[in-house]
Amino acid sequence: MKKMRRKVYMIAGYNTISMGTGRKEFHPKKPRPDLEDYIREAGQAVLSQIGGADKVDESVFGNFIASRFNNQGNLPGFAPFIDERLRYKPSVRVEGACATGSLALVTGIRSILAGTSEVTLVLGVEVQNSVKAVYGADILAAAGWAKERKTGHAYFFPGKFSDRSKAYAEKFGTEKTRSAMARWYANAIENARLCPTAQEYHNTTQDLIACGIDKPNPKGFVDSLNYYDCSKVSDGASAIAVVSEEGLKKCDIDKKDAIEVMGFGQAQDDITRPPADPTKLSTTQVAVQNALKASGITKEQVGTVECHDCFTIAGIMAVEAIGLAQHGKGIDFVSQGHTSRNGSVPFNTTGGLIGWGHPTGATGVHQAVTIWEQLTGKAIDAQIDIKDDKPYGLTINMGGDDISVVSVVYKKAN
Amino acid sequence: MKTKTKINHLKINFMEYTEKLQNVSVLGAAGKMGSGILLLTAVEMADLSLKPENKGKHFVLHAMDVSGEALQGLMKYIKTQVQKMAEKKIVALRNLYAHRADLVTNEQVINQYTEDVLLIIRPTQILESTYDSQVIFEAVKEDPDLKVLIFKHINENSRTTPWFCTNTSSIPINLIDEKAGLNGRVLGVHFYNPPAVQKLVEIIKTENTQPELTDFAHTFAKNLRKVIVPSADFAGFIGNGHFMRDALHGIREAESLAQKYSFTEAVYMINKVSHDYLIRPMGIFQLIDYVGIDVCSYIMSVMNPYLEQEELHSSLLEALLADGVRGGQNPDGSQKDGFLKYEKGKPVGVYNTRTKTYQDISEIKDRCDTELGSPPLSVKPWKAVVSDSNKDQFLKAYFKEMKAVNTLGSELALKYVRQSRETGLKLVSDKVAFSREDVNTVLRTGFFHAYGPINEYI
Repeated sequence: MKKMRRKVYMIAGYNTISMGTGRKEFHPKKPRPDLEDYIREAGQAVLSQIGGADKVDESVFGNFIASRFNNQGNLPGFAPFIDERLRYKPSVRVEGACATGSLALVTGIRSILAGTSEVTLVLGVEVQNSVKAVYGADILAAAGWAKERKTGHAYFFPGKFSDRSKAYAEKFGTEKTRSAMARWYANAIENARLCPTAQEYHNTTQDLIACGIDKPNPKGFVDSLNYYDCSKVSDGASAIAVVSEEGLKKCDIDKKDAIEVMGFGQAQDDITRPPADPTKLSTTQVAVQNALKASGITKEQVGTVECHDCFTIAGIMAVEAIGLAQHGKGIDFVSQGHTSRNGSVPFNTTGGLIGWGHPTGATGVHQAVTIWEQLTGKAIDAQIDIKDDKPYGLTINMGGDDISVVSVVYKKAN
Repeated sequence: MKTKTKINHLKINFMEYTEKLQNVSVLGAAGKMGSGILLLTAVEMADLSLKPENKGKHFVLHAMDVSGEALQGLMKYIKTQVQKMAEKKIVALRNLYAHRADLVTNEQVINQYTEDVLLIIRPTQILESTYDSQVIFEAVKEDPDLKVLIFKHINENSRTTPWFCTNTSSIPINLIDEKAGLNGRVLGVHFYNPPAVQKLVEIIKTENTQPELTDFAHTFAKNLRKVIVPSADFAGFIGNGHFMRDALHGIREAESLAQKYSFTEAVYMINKVSHDYLIRPMGIFQLIDYVGIDVCSYIMSVMNPYLEQEELHSSLLEALLADGVRGGQNPDGSQKDGFLKYEKGKPVGVYNTRTKTYQDISEIKDRCDTELGSPPLSVKPWKAVVSDSNKDQFLKAYFKEMKAVNTLGSELALKYVRQSRETGLKLVSDKVAFSREDVNTVLRTGFFHAYGPINEYI
């Protein structure tokens, strides 16, 4: 990745509630907000913070697969639905499975870099509770290679990461791996309890570790993951404005309320090939290294990370992909508490995918919003201390089984 | 999926078991019990038919009922239920259909399985359809003469020598055997309501029952993941042996309370005590309504001739029936009014035998609750206790506290608990139940009680 030729900022982030099991408001048989409700809520919330839709030059929608969950395509058509002043302005929808949100951000960043836009509204959305989980698994399997669906597990992606977890545990110790996964889960829930929009905000379970070490049930689910190892089915949207220096002025936003994009890494692997080493997230590693390089910083300068913990094991492997721990030592790093909110590098401070939720197409945008909140001091109860020698926030957003990955480095604007 | 080893530890040969299940009939298939038995049987048969070793074998399940309309509703019910079951066992089903290249997604697998189960079922109103069946499951009205008549007819006309599994909850099996001339080819296989959900199956053999039939039923119930409790062949068996006496105790208590309070107040208070104070899933009058006042009364009349020094009869139940108050469920599963009047499944009124109308519970609640006094402070709702892993410890402390509280409610509750225990012990001493634990298992799994009646809590 080349160094960015122009300064790019993000401002005015917003997350809706991540809706699904665990939220008190959620009842599978009762009516609840739909795709358009989430789009409008998140979109309008950003517009109101930047002084209205007139300020927006174009918009980018991140959505994985509303065509199947909600029978809805052509999502750019919802831009003027958010605000009629977006009518006739350019809009586009991008997709890259669970990395969709970050691909939307990167698309937004690129149009700022190209100079074709000064203010771009980026919105990620997914509404997945429209079908039962067993059928949702069919839809989400589209993030993998369709030709593998037949031989894949009923719960396709839990199956993929169960295989990874099994390989990792066999190589580095079953008990140590399980206990690190349990710790990851406990951290996620504890963080989610501090964020009112998190899906696990209402979680009151006392002994989280006891849940986390629960034995997997291969008969009903997968071999090496229990339910707590997995992010849940979520509905929600996140939105943020990607702006240039000029855009900042146009929106009349003070730099103290903005974060700067220092650099990003984007890496793509072949969807038809299985991972060469299932105990590693190789594509993630490339994306992160490129992001750090593009930003001109080292991993030691990273103060907080939002990583793609669709499964606890993916969180642990992300720690290793960043290089915070050596291959096989991520479990110790997590178990020793380094990734907890009081640790040396707090991860997923509002719960991540497991605790906050995983509305697929929105997740990448949610990560950016969380980093924006943390670096500008807007995270309220979830706020962590950002130290001067570690001022950077890092995100990792992964689509499929380490296939499409985006990593972004941010810093508070000055 | 069931494995061969699971079956092998029982006596019956797997081949014979499969063969017996190739042609089966369920009588009264559209009824409350019959539909559940049909569902479970259809799924078990489909699972067998899908085993590679059974490829090419033909499996048929006749769903026999007198009502054509009910049969139509039945097929809708079966489809929905099978789909739900398929969703739950999708992991196993994907393996089962691994050889089918055309079934890729979970949805395709689930739909195929549902179709495979439904294809086994033949709805029918004609008794002749059952003449080729090897096994007959019967869930018709609880009427000894009717059951005997049907069994006799099928037995005389059948082209096989079928086994008969009756779902009777009260009629002695040896009586059916003898009157229908079945020569030991009949067994009590008593499911609890609703069969698809309730874990308990009481198995009742007679001295003449063929051992292979008993083995078959054990294998069948095990494959259905049921808890099996054997009961002696004595009218009412364990389940109704306890329930009918428990109900009569409640009725007697209400009648005696009605000398001091109004009838509606008495019914309300006993229902509350047997529900909340006893930490049961529902009060005794709600349970009678759930089963049906007519069914309860009928079961008592079936059991009564076999009991010595005991009168299992209630004039109150008969009086209610004479007024047309019957309880039971509507076709959509909602609760019909009985002792109590229901709104959205919750009791809101109590039947007044004098005015023949329902009195609102809100009118009597406060006074009755005051009279009963507060329940022990440690009381918890049934749902919380059932799922409590330290249930035993809690219940010990709870009943200890109850003994120390001097209120009308606690007094009635303690009397109820003692009576329930005595009833349980009597079932053991009368050799209806083979052990105390069997009685407790029936009440816990068949009636969802949080604790068995034979306990040391008081």
